[in-house]
Amino acid sequence: MGRTLKHAWLNVGLVAGLVVLTGCGGGDSAGSGAGSSSTPKSGGTLTFAVGSDTGCTDPQQVASNDSIYSVRQLVDSLTDQDPQTGKIVPWLAESWDISKDATTFTFHLREGVTFSDGTPLDAEAVKADFEAVPDLGALAGLATGYLAGVEKITADDAQTVTVTFAQPNAQFLQATSTHSLGIVSLASSKLPAPDRCTKGIIGSGPFTLAGYAANQSTTLKKRTGYAWGSSLWKKPGEAYLDQVVFKVLPEAGVRTGSLQSGQVDAIGNVGRADESALESAGVTLEARANPGVVFGLSPNNAHPILKDAAVRQAIGYAIDRQQIADTVFNTGTEPATSVLAHTTPGYEDLSGQLTFDLDKAKSLLEGDGWSAGADGIREKDGKKLSLAITWFANSPTNQPSLELIQQQLKQAGIAVELKQNEISQFATILQTGDFELAWGNVTRADPDILRTQFSTALANFYQVPETGLEKTLTQQAGTVDEAAREKLVARAQEDLVENAYTVPVVELQTKLGVAKRVHDLNFEASSRIQLHDTWVE
Amino acid sequence: MPRYVIRRLVQAVGVLWAAYTLSFFILVLLPGDPVSAMAGAGADSAPVDPARLEALRHEYGFDQPVPLQYLNHLGHALIGDLGDSVATGRPVTQLITQALPQTLLLTASALTLAFVLGGGLALAATFSARPGVRQVLLSLPPLGVSVPTFWIGLMLVQFFSFRNQWFPAFGNDGLKGLVLPAVTLAVPTGAQIALVLAKSLITTLDEPYIGTARAKGAGRRHVHLRHALRNASLPALTVAGLLVGQLMANAVVIETVFSRNGLGRVTQSAVSTQDIPVVQGVVVYGALVFVVVNLLVDLVYPVLDPRIVLAPRRPVVAAV
Repeated sequence: MGRTLKHAWLNVGLVAGLVVLTGCGGGDSAGSGAGSSSTPKSGGTLTFAVGSDTGCTDPQQVASNDSIYSVRQLVDSLTDQDPQTGKIVPWLAESWDISKDATTFTFHLREGVTFSDGTPLDAEAVKADFEAVPDLGALAGLATGYLAGVEKITADDAQTVTVTFAQPNAQFLQATSTHSLGIVSLASSKLPAPDRCTKGIIGSGPFTLAGYAANQSTTLKKRTGYAWGSSLWKKPGEAYLDQVVFKVLPEAGVRTGSLQSGQVDAIGNVGRADESALESAGVTLEARANPGVVFGLSPNNAHPILKDAAVRQAIGYAIDRQQIADTVFNTGTEPATSVLAHTTPGYEDLSGQLTFDLDKAKSLLEGDGWSAGADGIREKDGKKLSLAITWFANSPTNQPSLELIQQQLKQAGIAVELKQNEISQFATILQTGDFELAWGNVTRADPDILRTQFSTALANFYQVPETGLEKTLTQQAGTVDEAAREKLVARAQEDLVENAYTVPVVELQTKLGVAKRVHDLNFEASSRIQLHDTWVE
Repeated sequence: MPRYVIRRLVQAVGVLWAAYTLSFFILVLLPGDPVSAMAGAGADSAPVDPARLEALRHEYGFDQPVPLQYLNHLGHALIGDLGDSVATGRPVTQLITQALPQTLLLTASALTLAFVLGGGLALAATFSARPGVRQVLLSLPPLGVSVPTFWIGLMLVQFFSFRNQWFPAFGNDGLKGLVLPAVTLAVPTGAQIALVLAKSLITTLDEPYIGTARAKGAGRRHVHLRHALRNASLPALTVAGLLVGQLMANAVVIETVFSRNGLGRVTQSAVSTQDIPVVQGVVVYGALVFVVVNLLVDLVYPVLDPRIVLAPRRPVVAAV
């Protein structure tokens, strides 16, 4: 087995990886409804094709959309988030109280909720669930992040649970609405992390896990007697569908063809190239922008060239965001108008600042002492304005986007080298700071993601300097009042864009293909799917 | 003969050890490690606490010196324990034995098809008396070898599954689901068998003993099938032994295109997450199959051609 074969395997792995990660989008049209006037009916099976399987059936340990789609349906969360308004609304918790300093969260649980093994979902179960999170390990990065700094969790009585943090942590309320903090049974909480992945967890959700074959399929069955749905759902009680089968089809072409030929009912990750074929086959395409930090270039702000604000700003003005959105991403994708996507609560429209202005980019560089050399690339003190963009093969749109950016920046006299890396190097590269500009995005339906990414008190991978930004980010984390928090979040976005600590480029849009016979396949606030209200003809 | 077999078995152990060792060090030398790969599984650039990663590396032993890790793995492998998958926590042996039957079924069907199609094509091409037909038939194998396997798979699935729904596009269900992947996998293999067999048949048909047979009045078909094919099949058999390795490598692509469960899919996901124990396990199994098949091929030579003697000192060099 020489290097060649190994290399071939690697390539295959890579291609499959790409296919997997494409599926991170969503649309503002929350819900299909597909224009049929027929009334909803119960029963039937929905077959959904996804591109990958992460090998885990525990919602607290998955981060890939392809896995979240299925395991999300197994658990309920304390709260839900309205995809239209971003507001947090009741689900398992009928109400909650948050201390003024955003350190103490008390949830009042609804009564009569049971897990599918018959045990009650009470304060003890929630406490055990949250307490188990820090021990889950590497796969549970999202959940452990949400609960970081937790001081104690108490079950005050059967229906009341209180979570106390050492520092203000306003994001926690939204975090309780995510799949990552979905509640599993007492027995599941006691299992070691790998067992939860392989054996599955017991949840209280509208569906139960009926079968799982790694890399092949996940089968969900309707939970009979379910009666504690989110306050956002249209149908009270049980789900419509009897069964949902998630098939793993790694090849994008096979997913598309299978949907066109009716072998599956819905697919994730529709790419630009497949849109017209699907539309002509009568398939409904649904899209929603992923909330969170948009795709963009995050500089290593401590880098000798990039610590200069003029250079970072010039990069921002030299990028034609519209062109990238229109040529690389699926139809309807919007160019970035802030650091946050427009579907994120607290988003502030900064399209006035994030413009394409080549002349401004050039004059900024000129004024900063970078003058054009013989080959068109700018120089200063004998040093070329040449930068490397580090990227990972986790989405098929990455390479074409960056090649376009490479051409665009060249117009301003900035040379760009593209450095591709394996996704397994991701953590190492960010930790060691061994990059100049990094390309990426983060999905999260709470503006606190700005603090996670850019606070100097946390990991600070992008080496953001100590400025007033830090104070704003800390303040918003301790502000419960929504209006006041939004103001702070807006200021943080303005600060990030003005100083170009990061250069937002384009939003990520999740696009699903849904057959005509399927109705009400809805996006939730994080642009993933909710299947309780879904029905088939 | 027994001494020959013993010698070959010793060699096989050496091959297994070399494959195991080489794959281990290639995986270790790759940048990144399985723990970082796990942490990056979400693809989002959410930061992971470095201390937490360190703790996990310690837990899995990835913080130990590489030679120590190697000896540790090797020691367990020697007593049949290939360890647990880092990504899923399942025992490697279980992962492989669950996936292996599907892949064996696929590759065995493909190999059979490849022999039938490739052999038939070579015979038809060399038997044909009309130069035009012969030329067309002889140009098919090079085409089959050069077209990428995944492309053949996608074309077949496009026509036979999406356009006309005769066969399912994905899955492991039943014989119907086996047809398209087996045909796809058989094309490059069959083409290589056809290439070698046709060339060998043409050479053999020029040999003096064929002339003798003809002079004795044997019919064309009799000479072709009885006299020429038997001798000409040795090189094709040698190639077929080597092609088993290629079949297994192609299965990675085919199982991905057709979304079949099998060793190829296990390999693909293990490599992409740098799941060292699983990749090691697959390499050992792959090497084992390869060694066994080639030993069998060697043992068949004397049956086909009594002039070949299996001697310990002189490994078989078939007339290639």
